Amino acid sequence: MTTTPTETRRPQKGTHRARQRPSRPAARRRNWAGGLAGWLWFVVVAVPLYWTLITSFKAQSRYYASNPLVPSADPTLENYRLVLESDFLRYFVNSVVVTAGAVVPAVLFSFMAAYAIVRGWRMRTLRAMNGLFLMGLAIPLQATVIPVYLIIIRLRLYDSLPALILPSTAFAIPLSVLVLANFVRDVPKELFDSMRVDGATEWTTLWRLAAPLTRPAILTVTIFNALTIWNGFLLPLVLTQSPDQRTLPLALWTFQGQYGVNVPAVLAAVVLTTLPVLVLYAFGRRQLLSGLTAGFSR
Amino acid sequence: MSALTGRPPRREPRSILPWLAAPALVVFAGFAVIPLVGVFALSFTTWDGIGAIQPSGLTSWRAVLTDPGLPHALWVTFLVMAVSWAVQTPLSILIGTFLAGRQRYRAVLGVVYFVPVTLSSAAIALAYKALLDPNFGLGAGLRIQALSQDWLGRPGLAFGVVVFVVSWQFVPFHSLIYQGGVQQIPKSLYEAAQLDGAGRVRQFFSITLPQLKYTIITSSTLMVVGSLTFFDLIFVLTEGGPGDATRVLALDMYKRGFQASLMGPASAIAVILVLVGLALALLLRRLGGRDAGASQLEGA
Repeated sequence: MTTTPTETRRPQKGTHRARQRPSRPAARRRNWAGGLAGWLWFVVVAVPLYWTLITSFKAQSRYYASNPLVPSADPTLENYRLVLESDFLRYFVNSVVVTAGAVVPAVLFSFMAAYAIVRGWRMRTLRAMNGLFLMGLAIPLQATVIPVYLIIIRLRLYDSLPALILPSTAFAIPLSVLVLANFVRDVPKELFDSMRVDGATEWTTLWRLAAPLTRPAILTVTIFNALTIWNGFLLPLVLTQSPDQRTLPLALWTFQGQYGVNVPAVLAAVVLTTLPVLVLYAFGRRQLLSGLTAGFSR
Repeated sequence: MSALTGRPPRREPRSILPWLAAPALVVFAGFAVIPLVGVFALSFTTWDGIGAIQPSGLTSWRAVLTDPGLPHALWVTFLVMAVSWAVQTPLSILIGTFLAGRQRYRAVLGVVYFVPVTLSSAAIALAYKALLDPNFGLGAGLRIQALSQDWLGRPGLAFGVVVFVVSWQFVPFHSLIYQGGVQQIPKSLYEAAQLDGAGRVRQFFSITLPQLKYTIITSSTLMVVGSLTFFDLIFVLTEGGPGDATRVLALDMYKRGFQASLMGPASAIAVILVLVGLALALLLRRLGGRDAGASQLEGA
């Protein structure tokens, strides 16, 4: 009765059932061009990742002399120590604060708005709001960064984490509302009706009915926004100044400016900053990927 | 169930709905809609980013429109857009159809493909900057002449590198869109074609590609409009250089505004960025009819 992103996608993933039946024709229709492109692309993607990872464990002194594609015989954690000593824990905490501080209100507000838009579609105000959010999808963050900078200065928030949180939240809202509204729309009308018959207010219906039934979509939107904000570079670049307000991508860039010649250390910093996202990827790959295409697949 | 009659009038709880949407509206208006209007207003002012904002009519616009840097930035932006589209689209379609296949190992390859999608542009750019270093990079380490060029130091090469890294980062995402598109093509079409004796290549060109029409439009729109906003990657990788070889519009705006402290002209460029993006989105929409979802509804 609920259509979740994973369930709508499941026909694609239903490999087990599909594999048994038409395995013969599949073998006959072998896709040579696709296969070649597939393996080539695998190499293109894997080699830089592999090189980055193994180089980050090489000692700087021996890095230049060694074969770049062979892992070091005696791997060192020296580079990682240098990165951690360069305040990366602080930047990590900053990134966590900004990401959580923006994603939680963005998803919460978007969900409330999505619910209101679907339930109150008869109201002209809410349809207009929907139109505004749709239009918002087309606003590029880059183009608004100068006025955002001005507003942040006027609010006396320049060079603080809230300066990053506010615009990040705003730019996460349009796509979140769009995706969540699609899923709230899938909740059967009868369920809403029976809630109303039981005397529930919109507020209780929102939390007791709509939220549990759209939980997978909420998760998807959360992951997508978290990824975007975690990786954000322009806002920290423009809206912060002092080292202790840096988030990871910006810290990475300044670290490279300082230790540019120390290639293994720079790569260790790259690996460290991407580690949290890779852990997320390992555990929630399906949600993450469905999150990436959520806005466009429906 | 029959208690319906005893309930207060239905109108009452309904009225809170607009209030539920209010928080999202306030934040979105304050930090996205107002800035969009604001950038237009700021393009008619002179401001150094710190001091007072002086209205100055068309001065900024005149400065920007007569600067030979603008046509150059537009040209570079267009080139990045066109070349990266031409590189990414066939690759994404091929890989998407490949991933849509049933073999298990494809899913395993898929796990690796999508790693770049999750990484930040800054991290990717830094890794590539190190990897492509003519003295200490991968090519130099392997002692391969062809690979140890001054990749980021020569205009043509740097442009190629930007297109390559952009593709490296975004092909997986578009493959994912195409994978979904391919999997929605009815199997019966292929079975019928097979009965008619059509080969694999023929099937690809007469079934897969035409059936992917709307997917191609969706993906192309995202690619083209998205390419206007490449900033992080180019900023970290080349900073627009060497010279101004990779100075795209978004970078041009940043450099004028935040490095040269000319917020007025930078705002004018931001307005141009918005207008170009809007024009492209509308153009692609017209070319393709509608987006996939709407067109399916219309067909029904």
